[in-house]
Amino acid sequence: MEVTEAVAIDHGLKKEEFSKICELLKRTPNLTELAIFSAMWNEHCSYKSSRKHLKKMHTKGKQVIQGPGENAGVIDIGDDDAIVFKIESHNHPSFIEPYQGAATGVGGIMRDVFTMGARPIANLNSIHFGSPQHKKTRNLLRGVVKGIGGYGNCIGVPTIAGQTTFDESYNGNILVNAMTLGLVNKNKIFYSKAAGLDKPVIYVGSKTGRDGIHGASMASATFDDKIEEKKPTVQVGDPFTEKLLLEACLELMADNSIIAIQDMGAAGLTSSSVEMASKGNLGIELNLSEVPCREEKMTPYEIMLSESQERMLIVLEKGKEEHAKKIFDKWNLDFAVIGKTTNSKKIELIFDNKKVAEIPIDLLAENAPIYDRPWKKTKLPQKLKFDKDEFKTLKLSDCLKKILSNSNISDKKWIWDQYDHTVMGDTIQKPGGDAGVVRVHGTNKAVAASVDSSALYCFSHPLTGGKQIVCESYRNLISVGAKPIAITNCLNFGNPEKEKNMGEFVECVEGITEASKYLDFPVVSGNVSFYNETKDKGIKPTPTIGGVGLISNYQQMLTMGFKTEGNLVYVIGKTDGHLDQSIFARELLNEKKGPPPTVNLFNEKNIGETVLDLSRKNLIVSCHDVSLGGILTAISKMCIKGKKGIKINALKGLTNKYEYFFGEDQARYIIEIPKASLKKVNEILNKYSVHFDELGTVGGQSIEYQDDINLPIEELADAHKYWLKKYMDS
Amino acid sequence: MRSSVIIFPGSNCDRDMDVALKKFGFKNQMVWHNDQSIPKSDLIVLPGGFSYGDYLRCGSIASKSNIIKSVIDFANSGGLVLGICNGFQILTETGLLNGILQQNKFLNFICSNVYVKVKDKQNKYFKDLKKDVLELHIAHNEGNYFCSDDELKSLEDNNQIAVTYCGEDGTENEKNNPNGAIKHIAGIFNKNKNVLGMMPHPERMIDKYLSGEDGSLFFKNILDNFK
Repeated sequence: MEVTEAVAIDHGLKKEEFSKICELLKRTPNLTELAIFSAMWNEHCSYKSSRKHLKKMHTKGKQVIQGPGENAGVIDIGDDDAIVFKIESHNHPSFIEPYQGAATGVGGIMRDVFTMGARPIANLNSIHFGSPQHKKTRNLLRGVVKGIGGYGNCIGVPTIAGQTTFDESYNGNILVNAMTLGLVNKNKIFYSKAAGLDKPVIYVGSKTGRDGIHGASMASATFDDKIEEKKPTVQVGDPFTEKLLLEACLELMADNSIIAIQDMGAAGLTSSSVEMASKGNLGIELNLSEVPCREEKMTPYEIMLSESQERMLIVLEKGKEEHAKKIFDKWNLDFAVIGKTTNSKKIELIFDNKKVAEIPIDLLAENAPIYDRPWKKTKLPQKLKFDKDEFKTLKLSDCLKKILSNSNISDKKWIWDQYDHTVMGDTIQKPGGDAGVVRVHGTNKAVAASVDSSALYCFSHPLTGGKQIVCESYRNLISVGAKPIAITNCLNFGNPEKEKNMGEFVECVEGITEASKYLDFPVVSGNVSFYNETKDKGIKPTPTIGGVGLISNYQQMLTMGFKTEGNLVYVIGKTDGHLDQSIFARELLNEKKGPPPTVNLFNEKNIGETVLDLSRKNLIVSCHDVSLGGILTAISKMCIKGKKGIKINALKGLTNKYEYFFGEDQARYIIEIPKASLKKVNEILNKYSVHFDELGTVGGQSIEYQDDINLPIEELADAHKYWLKKYMDS
Repeated sequence: MRSSVIIFPGSNCDRDMDVALKKFGFKNQMVWHNDQSIPKSDLIVLPGGFSYGDYLRCGSIASKSNIIKSVIDFANSGGLVLGICNGFQILTETGLLNGILQQNKFLNFICSNVYVKVKDKQNKYFKDLKKDVLELHIAHNEGNYFCSDDELKSLEDNNQIAVTYCGEDGTENEKNNPNGAIKHIAGIFNKNKNVLGMMPHPERMIDKYLSGEDGSLFFKNILDNFK
């Protein structure tokens, strides 16, 4: 086939990009070369629209061993232990084929982690669906959950936490973000930078098939009515092979045979070989006739673009081939020497003894286009003036029940019951808490992790929203007694070629950066997913933050359920009663306008450190952060989890009880204090000059507040626990 | 007491089982599926996971693996063989245990704490166990035990039903049965009661920071009975 501008456009390249390729190469590329350019220059692999802004992120810190730019980020957790972690999107494929899309998303992120030498110890996910009323939602949800479970359960890595939301903006573009944490000895981390000339390049894992061809380009385009025709571009996962690959790679990593290793993810063999050579400032020669293929007569074009799963590329020390082959034979995996490193600084492909492609590496990597796309600022919306007389027609207890059964607040047990969350025998906080917690096997340490996003806040005001999610992640970790260390982020946005969407991206990143800098909560890895748009309708901006923290003595971990009758309950942090953008405003007043709650980073840090100090001194016995749904929602969850009620005090100087109980002001926690610790707690709160309210006392079997609320926990639990199950069964 | 845990490709509870056995004082060793023989053992454990990807049918390929003949010989000579989850599925595929494990009634994978009632204590696993109801943990997609009427009758007649799903107070009913298993069966013995297969994972319940501690009772009891 002759390569023309039209063919290039078919491959997702822009007209100008094609001319630039011809100019750089000083000739027209052949079809295989064009395919390689299209794979490397698409948004998904090149970050061409986002790179300029991502550079500004806060990525350094005392405990950061590896920031963005590798397969995953790495942080130091002491005693030579390090945690490798990253979150990644698999949105486009999951909409087209929910089971395989979600499954291979989990598989891909686990490979990113064990590529670095780490054994995966926990999975998390953040999944977002269209309105529950939309005809596709139920099946998409079912498929995605089965896919995530099908893959993670088989590998034997516990899924310890997650987040699920529903919003009509995801009707045509669901989001599936998967995160994995792995544990590695910090002196045994593997990187993707090739080094040394004439070193063997090894292909291991599954055979290459025709699945997933153009997957990365598909993830770099918007959807239309015909999107389901793209089903063949979705990869098919085989978790069993991945489990073997995991064990085989870790076995080979036990000695010093590997120079560099890279998984074949998006754009398969193309991006893995180019990245390894580019980082090592080397050339690479591949003989494609040696690549193990699943199907007959595969062409160089197909081999280079295939996104078949469960494959790795390794640059090995010379002379270690036999040793490595033995290990992969033991695990019944394909092993082939397919090339070598060279000093040509080019990627050269041989097929049937003929050279079929030759491209200087720098044209694919450093010379890939970078765009400074125009963007528009989002103005902070005017604060709403609520008609408080209207509130009086609403009964507090009815409001609470309605909020607890809201699709975004209700319990997601139906989902996480389908994920193995206890395999590996170290899960000490299961899904459903503020963060999942796993012990570092054989030590006193535990790692906490949480995934968060707030699309409504980010849509209303991206700058505030960006800050807010970082704070939310910070609070969730502190609520389980963990010191927040670092984050990974998955930036899900609409079409970057639109000024509004690009602006949302830029300002969310700015917010994330500001908060992570202030809280010393650096970003160590992440990915960007643009073009989440169908027929011109984009998603609400949905940056997802995956936070990781450390509990140095796992016996000090906190949970949210109330523990003992007679204990006192405080709200830490000031409640102004911010109702704009709250669940209360949406659910009971049908009001969707207004700004998100203000984020005060000084308060976040100071209050967070206060709570951490209290937990380190063993002065509090339960803790929960106040977020969506406000104080009363948070309290209800603590009652349901602990199977204990609370008597709420008559609150002094209360201006409006609806604002107080349902406002979504930031930087607040609820803590449970044994009477014996009260004096010390008060001293510490005063020392940090932290505002607190004496909310009530644990006791009984209901939530009681004056004449307004008297709700048995059973009734609360019913409202909270069954929405999703009923929805899925209906 | 010497134990051996067999590792099949795709096993994923092998390490957890190793940790649990060693914690309570077993001298445990790991045995690879391609080995022809098993080192001298008092207990052989087939751990949970997805042996050979559970392709074809759960446990079916494992039941034809190199090592399995040694396991069968060991069982037939009266040795203790314990199969947990996928291990239970493998044991039914080898024919050492009767019946089959079908997909769960509600077609979903279930990971959850459950209560099981110990139905028989005249065996080396549960003899003198202090409790009648244990809180254990399940994580499976195919745990719905089923067998023919004749097989069921024989299981009941010989007291081969080991544990059944129940409530905290021991009540056996539909509500407390997570996967639709016939007669709420969670685990069974062979005729000689030296082979035990069960879906729940005792190895995930071995200290108070995990989902519970009743797994500890299970392991300690096997050791006590061996002494």
